[in-house]
Amino acid sequence: MSLAVRPLARQAVEDRPEQKGRSVRVFSADISATGEPWLWALGGALALGIILIAGFLALIFWNGVTTFWPKPIEVVTLQGGTLVAGEPFRAGVYRPDAGIIAKLSSEQQAFVEENGGFAQRTLYRTANFDIYGDDFRWVSDYEVAKVDYPRDFYLFERQEWGNFVGRIKGVIIDNQPQEYVADVMARAQREARDRFNEIRSIERGDIGRINHRLEQERLSIRRAELRYGPAAPETLAATERAVARIAELNAEFTVHQKRIADIRGIDQRNRVVLEEVGGRTKETELSQIVRYYPSNAVTTPDKIGIYFSRWGEFLSSEPREANTQGGVLPAIFGTVAMTLIMVVIVAPFGVITALYLREYAKQGRLVSMVRISVNNLAGVPSIVYGVFGLGFFCYTLGITIDQLFYPERLPNPTFGTGGILWASLTLALLTVPVVIVASEEALAAVPRSMREGSLACGASKWQTIRYVVLPKALPGIMTGMILAMARGAGEVAPLMLVGVVKLAPALPIDGFAPFVHLERSFMHLGFHIFDVGFQSRNSEAGKPMVFVTTLLLLALIVLMNSSAIYVRNRLKRKYATGHF
Amino acid sequence: MSTVAEAANASPPVDLSAQFQPTLYHTVESGEGVALDLRDFNLWYGSAQALFSVDMAIQKGMVTALIGPSGCGKSTLLRSLNRMNDLIDELRISGEVIVGGENIYRSGVDVIALRKRMGMVFQKPNPFAMSIFDNVVYPLRVDGVTNRAVLEETCERALRSSALWNEAKDRLKESALGLSGGQQQRLCIARAIASDPEVLLMDEPCSALDPIATAKIEELITELKGHYTIVIVTHNMQQAARVSENTAFMYLGRLIEYGDTKEIFVNPKLGQTRDYVTGRFG
Ligand SMILES: Nc1ncnc2c1ncn2[C@@H]1O[C@H](COP(=O)(O)OP(=O)(O)O)[C@@H](O)[C@H]1O
Ligand SMILES: [Mg+2]
Repeated sequence: MSLAVRPLARQAVEDRPEQKGRSVRVFSADISATGEPWLWALGGALALGIILIAGFLALIFWNGVTTFWPKPIEVVTLQGGTLVAGEPFRAGVYRPDAGIIAKLSSEQQAFVEENGGFAQRTLYRTANFDIYGDDFRWVSDYEVAKVDYPRDFYLFERQEWGNFVGRIKGVIIDNQPQEYVADVMARAQREARDRFNEIRSIERGDIGRINHRLEQERLSIRRAELRYGPAAPETLAATERAVARIAELNAEFTVHQKRIADIRGIDQRNRVVLEEVGGRTKETELSQIVRYYPSNAVTTPDKIGIYFSRWGEFLSSEPREANTQGGVLPAIFGTVAMTLIMVVIVAPFGVITALYLREYAKQGRLVSMVRISVNNLAGVPSIVYGVFGLGFFCYTLGITIDQLFYPERLPNPTFGTGGILWASLTLALLTVPVVIVASEEALAAVPRSMREGSLACGASKWQTIRYVVLPKALPGIMTGMILAMARGAGEVAPLMLVGVVKLAPALPIDGFAPFVHLERSFMHLGFHIFDVGFQSRNSEAGKPMVFVTTLLLLALIVLMNSSAIYVRNRLKRKYATGHF
Repeated sequence: MSTVAEAANASPPVDLSAQFQPTLYHTVESGEGVALDLRDFNLWYGSAQALFSVDMAIQKGMVTALIGPSGCGKSTLLRSLNRMNDLIDELRISGEVIVGGENIYRSGVDVIALRKRMGMVFQKPNPFAMSIFDNVVYPLRVDGVTNRAVLEETCERALRSSALWNEAKDRLKESALGLSGGQQQRLCIARAIASDPEVLLMDEPCSALDPIATAKIEELITELKGHYTIVIVTHNMQQAARVSENTAFMYLGRLIEYGDTKEIFVNPKLGQTRDYVTGRFG
């Protein structure tokens, strides 16, 4: 029947063509009604955000990646005849002030005049801090007579005093001055470095172990005194035993010191004479030279080798020269260890809290208030957490622990000062709101039907949570952990109060029982960036390191996060293959 | 069976539905062979009453269909039988539900033990985010059974009973969420019967399924009949007619007509029932 009606209806419309147009409505009449401008604004905001982030990342990436690439050495002859040698570091246009211009020669004044009162200047990394008292020098273009790239200029990276730029005047091998021969010098330098590392390993290994045992003996005397009283026979016996062992250890210590002194003696007989561009010379032990190369004569394959050897040093060794050179291994280690300890602490804490709030607590005003407080905790400045951590963890908890368990070490604090455990706890406190909020949301997203299904099977509430709710919520909980990790690993301010130091004497994990020393202070990449960039003798020299370290910190966070994301996605894939 | 027409005792008028004074016509009586016996059962969600003085004797080993328009309280009634409504805050009840000679709403009843005696199948398939095997043996696992052989045997028996064995036997280790909707619902049935309960409660088990899956599940119900006491809520009159022995028609929270399925569909005693089963309202 309806089939029969439809053609008739169409017929009716066709009969009255003037009415056909009426049904067409024009929707594009008012542009604001369509929401188009808003769409553009949203897109623009997104684009701006992406550009800012991409620019930021590109800046860090480019500066970080190029820092270790060998640069040429320019020797600039100034118009007065002075020579300046160094790696061009950065350049810029500036307007010399009237006082300076007045002192210039008329030619130079004309040169500046020609450029409209502006001048171009270049910052040279002249190095040779021990001779010049500075690492850098500005050279303006009106001063320059000529620029050369001599092939006999070398860059020396030294264990101390930073870099040296200059020629090699001669080599002294076994106290015999010799002509400089590349091969001979290279071999001698390699041997000297081996000796240097041997001294290091004696100091670290044998002497470190002796020092550790000496400390243990001293503590055992103190422990006996505290337990039995200073004059008790037990104390005297213990003291006697300890003193005997201390004497033994000291004898051993002397042996090792002798070995070191012997090696040092050889070191002192192998030197190199360096000459800076102005002709002043400097004699340095070969063992002090980490790396050297003729900047203007190295081939590209050699440059690549130098580049990667610098990265290797950066990733695998300790810092030198007030952190502005050398590696960041202790900081990498500290950052990763602290983040992992933080995750281990924050995960159960956050998840249990969320479980209680969402599954067990009676949803009422009190729970809402707790929830609001937790959310607002995320907005407290992180330094406040640092102050809290210092006051509560270090000074309250830590000092109590010291009095109870480490009385023999007092007045030296063990846990009563900043350390990796307190730093991790402080960061756990800082990041726990993120975990709680994410976990609560993940729990709330588990469908009611699944819980009912489990309960209908005769499962208890805890069994339902344990076997059905938690596995289903796990990917969401992991997301919270990932966010917390990213926030925690990048945080610096609170750490400065609760255990991060510029240069840690020992790693939190080593070969001495109990192997994990959570009370120890540690180094952290974030703090390293701050320290190198703003706290060092020469922040200009630290600048490249800031970029490299930032790049490394970002890479580390990305690495930790992507492994967490990988685990999460595997969990998700395990469960989320459902279709209907 | 004797024919008894009884009038509802007057409950205090709370809302419109409370003022509705129906004629009730029940032909199924308490006595021998009753698995679940509701006596003067009332239920309130907060201040709104959802069930009014329900008296209902559910026969052992038979399929009882619950029909009635949406919102009349079928799910509420079904969920009262294994105390799933306990999850809801502000729930009040009065009256008794007798299972095995005991009122399950008496204080001190072990709700978990009660639920273990009853399997439940929901409107939407709700398999857990685990493997098919783990889903089926879940009731045993929560009961503390760890013997692998027992679990495997139970899994096979339950999957065979729910006609899923052939499709699932090669993928027991795979996630249950990878099954199709109909397979998932049969999996839920397997889960519900895995611990060998006495009663099977099904709340519109086919409403989310296509006709082929529905036919399979109906076939299954017919096969399970006799082993289990089955209570099934359905909106599908043909389904009720096909699978059930007894049918209960509910309206506005009351059990209006309750008796032999053929009688209810062929020769309903009350006008409301006739209107509903012939599709004139609802
Ligand atoms: N959790 C609940 N809280 C409050 N009212 C509910 C709840 N569940 C069901 N109801 C109400 O109880 C009545 C019966 O619902 P229900 O048993 O689900 O009906 P049916 O399954 O027959 O469609 C409806 O009016 C519904 O709004
Ligand atoms: Mg329902």
